[in-house]
Amino acid sequence: MLKKIRSETVLKGIPAAPGVAIGPAFLMDQQDYIVPERVISDEEIPVEVARFEEAVHHTKTEIQSIKEKIAAQVGSMDAQIFDAHLLVLEDCMLIDEVKKHIRSDKYGAECVFTRVIKRYVEVFEKIQDDYIKERSTDVEDVGRRVLKHLMGESRSHDFEHLGSELVIVAHDISPSDAVTMYNKKILGFVTDVGGRTAHTAIIAKSLGVPAVLGLKDATLRISNQDEIIIDGRKGVVIINPTEETVELYRREKEKIIQYEGSFANIQDVPAETLDGHRALLMANFEMDGEIPAVKKYRAEGIGLYRTEFFYMNRLDLPTEEEQFKAYRKIAEEMAPHPVIIRTLDLGGDKFLSSIHLPKEMAPFLGSRAIRLCLEEQEIFRTQLRAILRASVYGNVSMMYPMIAGPGELRAANGVLKGVKQRLREKGVSFNENMPVGVMIEVPAAAMTADLLAKECNFFSIGTNDLIQYTLAVDRTNEKMAQFYEPGHPAVLRLIRRTISAAHDANIKVGVCGEMAGDPVLSVVLLGLGLDSFSMSPSTIPVIKRAMRSIKFSDAQELARQALRLSTGQEVEEFMTAELTRLAPDAFNQEGQLK
Amino acid sequence: MPRIEKTIIVKCRQGLHARPAAMFVQIANKYASAVTVRKGAEEVNGKSIMGILMLGADHGCELFMITDGDDAVQMFAELEAYLVKED
Repeated sequence: MLKKIRSETVLKGIPAAPGVAIGPAFLMDQQDYIVPERVISDEEIPVEVARFEEAVHHTKTEIQSIKEKIAAQVGSMDAQIFDAHLLVLEDCMLIDEVKKHIRSDKYGAECVFTRVIKRYVEVFEKIQDDYIKERSTDVEDVGRRVLKHLMGESRSHDFEHLGSELVIVAHDISPSDAVTMYNKKILGFVTDVGGRTAHTAIIAKSLGVPAVLGLKDATLRISNQDEIIIDGRKGVVIINPTEETVELYRREKEKIIQYEGSFANIQDVPAETLDGHRALLMANFEMDGEIPAVKKYRAEGIGLYRTEFFYMNRLDLPTEEEQFKAYRKIAEEMAPHPVIIRTLDLGGDKFLSSIHLPKEMAPFLGSRAIRLCLEEQEIFRTQLRAILRASVYGNVSMMYPMIAGPGELRAANGVLKGVKQRLREKGVSFNENMPVGVMIEVPAAAMTADLLAKECNFFSIGTNDLIQYTLAVDRTNEKMAQFYEPGHPAVLRLIRRTISAAHDANIKVGVCGEMAGDPVLSVVLLGLGLDSFSMSPSTIPVIKRAMRSIKFSDAQELARQALRLSTGQEVEEFMTAELTRLAPDAFNQEGQLK
Repeated sequence: MPRIEKTIIVKCRQGLHARPAAMFVQIANKYASAVTVRKGAEEVNGKSIMGILMLGADHGCELFMITDGDDAVQMFAELEAYLVKED
């Protein structure tokens, strides 16, 4: 691609997860995908052929645009390599062979395509001719691009051989890829696209490693095995650093370790303000690998159990038994603390590998979360049965995502009622009084919070989506990042309204978005009377220290004043200034370290 | 429609590798007719660079070439001339 960079180069991106990492780069897009052996029926043959043609077409367009970009940046000589790539894509024999084998072998397009490409590469590699050897790399490159289009969101790389400590560099990390990374030794993440609330950011935080996202062309500038430094606090990536720079960042890492050590003395005490007000600090949770972190940071329960990962990275649907076992395990691990399971939140930027849903123009406004569950009721019922059965093994609650008003809540509760009735008839035990909550993440839900509160047991405010929908800012569009203002008065007013409605109806209300883990904004939430805060486990000590260093009465007063301000920026500046004055130890620069 | 088939010995020094393979495919693609090239048990589409490269036809090796279509005669003549040209 671009000329390999030898001298130290600094790139600026979006700081998405804090921390510092130094290590070799691992370019994910150059790794092989895991391709499932998918057998197709006769009726599916034309669909698969069309999918293949479409993928080739998309790849051509993609290569054309990269070629133009490179030609403009470095000159047409470097762009010539892409002519060879286009030649491969236009090769009649390759294309015909794939189509022929889809028809005769009846496997999915991605599977047939992979086999054909592999055969070419194997033959080319055996030929003693440099020109042909070069062609074999071209074929592999093009193959990966086509596969990326063929496999879409369900693609995941083969990381089985991934051993040593590496910094993952990718255009984007698909949720399916993320799953396979949990048990690997990863130092940090660097991506071309995405922002603070992208999936990669959430994963990095739960792994406790730094992430710098939205770098635009990092994958073109960084080569495999380049030594890189990432500073997730400032959003900086340094390629091929000098020895002095490496030494500087080693000292930074030391400081961070010391800073983390400073939390040891508050590990076993609650989040209690100086004047005795207590808040509940809980953990967001996705999969087994995170249990040690949840326990290490003494989370007082799981405030958000994301269940989407069950459904991703596979071609069949998760069974009731499989889900039941996972829910039961975490319920038992956490007891007596609560575990709040969010029902399936697919759609938006997360898709199901096992069901091909029609593409929508605005997926975030489309068939997402509870809407999808009410359409695909069998999937929903299976999950509800698993949750209900697990409810006798601990303190289990459940909540519905993306409810827009009482109508949807009633529809969802109707399905739940039916599932309960069937379980009763079959004599299966479950907690008859399992609390059922509503996620407040659509402005309409916040506006009707008083009505919703009458028909559910608790609220959980999903700030990431509430901000997105309130401010009309696509949180996955990095160009919109500047408009994504958590402290925007509209957002704060909706949150205040939701908290008041909950407390008027005598039910509890929590936040399970990124805002709960922001030391400065969490004080605003505390001051507004929020009962519980759910966040990445590693953020818990930071928030706990913030809360233990202020008075609740001060937080209330600051929240009142913050709500009179006009912009998100004013709110953040005001809060930061006041808190640094009130409790310098918890909120000064060092406090931003992690 | 005419159909020509014949065995040809590759004379170009580099064999049908690299640039010569690309040239061969370029010539083939000027014509509407189909061209098939066989070496031993391997049979490939002569309009495909991938196919020709896969043959790995060295200098002096024997190929069986078939052209089939309206302009098969001219096509065969030009491709054969290219293969037997000693450069």
